[in-house]
Amino acid sequence: MKKIILPFLCLILIISHMTGCVEEEQVQEKVLIFGMAGDADKLDPADVTDGESISRMDNIFEGLVEYVPGGTEIQPALATSWDISDDGLNITFDLRENVKFHDGTDFNADAVVFSFERQYNTTHPHHDYGEWAYWGYMFSDIASVEKINDYKVIIHLKKPNAAMMTSLAMFTVAIVSPTNAEKWGEDAFKYPVGTGPFEFVEWVKDDHITLEKYDDYWRETAKLDKLIFKVIEDPSSRLLAIQAGEIHGMEYPDPTSFDIIENDDDLQLLSQAGMNVGYLAMNTGYGYYDENENGVRDTDEAWVETPGYFEPLTNVLVRKAINHAINKTAIVESLYKGTAIAAKNGMPPFMLGYNDAVEDFEYDPDYAMELLDEAGYPNGFNTTLWVMPVSRPYMFDPPKIAEAIQSYLADVGITVELYQIDWSTYLEETENGEHPMCLLGWTGDNGDPDNFMNVLYGANSASIGTAGNVAFYNNSEVQEKFTEALQTYDTDDRATLYEEAQVLIHEDAPFVYLAHATQNIVFVKNVKGYTLNPTERKFFYQVDLE
Amino acid sequence: MIWYISKRLLQLIPVILGVTIIAFSLIHIAPGDPARTMLGQHATEKELNEIREKYGLDEPIYVQYGLWLSDVLRGDFGRSIITREEVLDEISSRFPNTIELTIMSMLFATIVGGLAGIISASKQYSVTDYTVMGVALFGISMPVFWLGIMLMLVFGVILGWLPIGGRIDLFIPYTRVTGFMIIDSIITFNLPAFISSIRHLILPSIALGTIPMAMIARVTRSSMLEVLRQDFIRTERAKGLSERAVIYKHAVRNAMVPVVTVIGLNFGLLLSGAILTETIFSWPGLGRLVVEAVYERDYPLVVGCILIFSIVFVIVNLITDILYTYIDPRIKYE
Repeated sequence: MKKIILPFLCLILIISHMTGCVEEEQVQEKVLIFGMAGDADKLDPADVTDGESISRMDNIFEGLVEYVPGGTEIQPALATSWDISDDGLNITFDLRENVKFHDGTDFNADAVVFSFERQYNTTHPHHDYGEWAYWGYMFSDIASVEKINDYKVIIHLKKPNAAMMTSLAMFTVAIVSPTNAEKWGEDAFKYPVGTGPFEFVEWVKDDHITLEKYDDYWRETAKLDKLIFKVIEDPSSRLLAIQAGEIHGMEYPDPTSFDIIENDDDLQLLSQAGMNVGYLAMNTGYGYYDENENGVRDTDEAWVETPGYFEPLTNVLVRKAINHAINKTAIVESLYKGTAIAAKNGMPPFMLGYNDAVEDFEYDPDYAMELLDEAGYPNGFNTTLWVMPVSRPYMFDPPKIAEAIQSYLADVGITVELYQIDWSTYLEETENGEHPMCLLGWTGDNGDPDNFMNVLYGANSASIGTAGNVAFYNNSEVQEKFTEALQTYDTDDRATLYEEAQVLIHEDAPFVYLAHATQNIVFVKNVKGYTLNPTERKFFYQVDLE
Repeated sequence: MIWYISKRLLQLIPVILGVTIIAFSLIHIAPGDPARTMLGQHATEKELNEIREKYGLDEPIYVQYGLWLSDVLRGDFGRSIITREEVLDEISSRFPNTIELTIMSMLFATIVGGLAGIISASKQYSVTDYTVMGVALFGISMPVFWLGIMLMLVFGVILGWLPIGGRIDLFIPYTRVTGFMIIDSIITFNLPAFISSIRHLILPSIALGTIPMAMIARVTRSSMLEVLRQDFIRTERAKGLSERAVIYKHAVRNAMVPVVTVIGLNFGLLLSGAILTETIFSWPGLGRLVVEAVYERDYPLVVGCILIFSIVFVIVNLITDILYTYIDPRIKYE
């Protein structure tokens, strides 16, 4: 017995110490390993909606325009300049010359047309290879993309859309190599070829994706030689891996580990307000049926009571009372555990047109009861709160937050029953207006204010069955401002319109805005040059390892 | 024997069919569908319905099952709705990892658990016995994910001896031949890859093997105790055989049948993947694959995985049953 055990243990000890030999080789190369919470689904930028896939591709592909580092304004990328026609319907792009795809083929107008057309043209040979989930949602105002010559294209719009330029920085319309797409056909999603600073090397499912520096990049080459995205699902394991030095960075640290990270001299925690908002929506009572499915309330589509119509909530005094009854700061501090900032408006502070002058409702339960009394509900009332069953980026723990709200409202006489159902049904029911109150939120897509304001608070969005506006807030003046802001290309004018709208929304109080969750990334100390982007996309071009 | 094996293999068919019908029904009855996963929060009802029509999700269940079955019988397991990858490719890229982890874990569990059980039984009621059984109780009660994190913390971060998760060191070049890293590194004479893949297997195998080890220890002990009470053991001792020979040469063999049952069952279970261990150790195995597929309602992938699992489990059971005949010649199958 001992004859076997002792040598066996020795063997284990010897094997476990054989670390040294192989790790010397990559001292010369700069390789950054980044820990991700999940694997990518597909590597076609136009055919995905999940952050994991997008993060990998942010470094492989580029679009006509790109976000400025750390912001949501845009700057030229594969397009060097553009011109918007007076009627706002045609945008002409001059394309950058002498840019090559990773497979050596030229970037030109044909590639741009291909990347767009396969999504909107149902007769395009590659149209059936994907779902193009974001096209209908963000880009349906594009009628067509036309090649003028090898380095000039025109995007024709169905109607003016000032948010379109920002949308063009999205991954959905990144430019892919047509030659590569034709070579792989249906399987092109496994072999991404773009123009970006890193090119694709290999994808080992559920394990890692390796990218390496693209030597013929049209700008100065990246500082890193290799970029590896490693899949480590469990947040504790990710933290252990970065502490052991096996990875150089990671996303989604567990909030309970922030103390450990901040006290560790070898680690740095980067934080920034995310492009999201979490809120409590109060059903103000009336929606419309969008019979002709045009996304707009036409004059023959009447306002009718929503299924969840609840009289007290149709009264603005009641809604303001509820705002005053909830202690937002306490919720953000204890329940978001320091991963959010309190929200007072319906979009995060860094967006164009954010109105900082709006003063938030103060936590004042006594004043809340006064307002309820004035509204005719001195003894409060009973109602139901729809609660999300899943953790969302903008709301870490919805059931806990719902319990807190339930208790705050009980203090002012409002008895709240909590209602939970599975996520898919939850979205169906809230889009249908079946709730008197619900918890929900939104993560922005492109960095444009229209993507928050119009989608969430416009009267057109109060369509029963497909509502993005789950408070069914229908202020026509506010909607007019949104519509005008979308059609105006002047950024100052747009900002003013959104600022005015936020004042009106605040006065009508259809929501209790709770928080904007922050984006948090951890790196080891010798990683330099990473800038968080509000869209939570991950750009490693400027990053260096010291 | 051949007749017995053939009969058992034929029985495979109704069992597998039954399992697939149940699995298919359950995943379809569960609320939600892959359309929502693919299109995200902002999807309109119209877009969702288009996707459902494209993938035949709006057909009645029995129609969908019939179509799926006819494809499978022709060897076409379909494509994952979420990743568009062939279901068989998704499974075959994870299966070798799961097999290697299962084998290592069961080796650990069998050797350590078996020895513990034997020693415990031969020294019944001694301090050794109580200690070993105490450790076994501890092992069976320990949550796998906690144990895994502790092992990584101690051996990975504090001592720095072993890696934190993953299948192999990212920087070691490795040629994939069979997909089994250990075999591949041997046949390509790649010593660094061989060593790295073993090092990465150690902690997850211990974490995953601890509960089976505890089970095997207990079953071995009780089985041995029963055997050691038998008359023929007294005869062996009377013949003058050393205690060691009595225990290892004669008692163990007779005690093996219940132990082999436990080993076989555990082996079969582990081959369907170990979701908790795989998540903690970032092990690219079948457990994570199938659980994620269930969350995303990726119907072809879920049912494809369950089909493979049930075939594997039935075959492992068959092998276990055949092994009995070698351990105990009194057991015969006609």
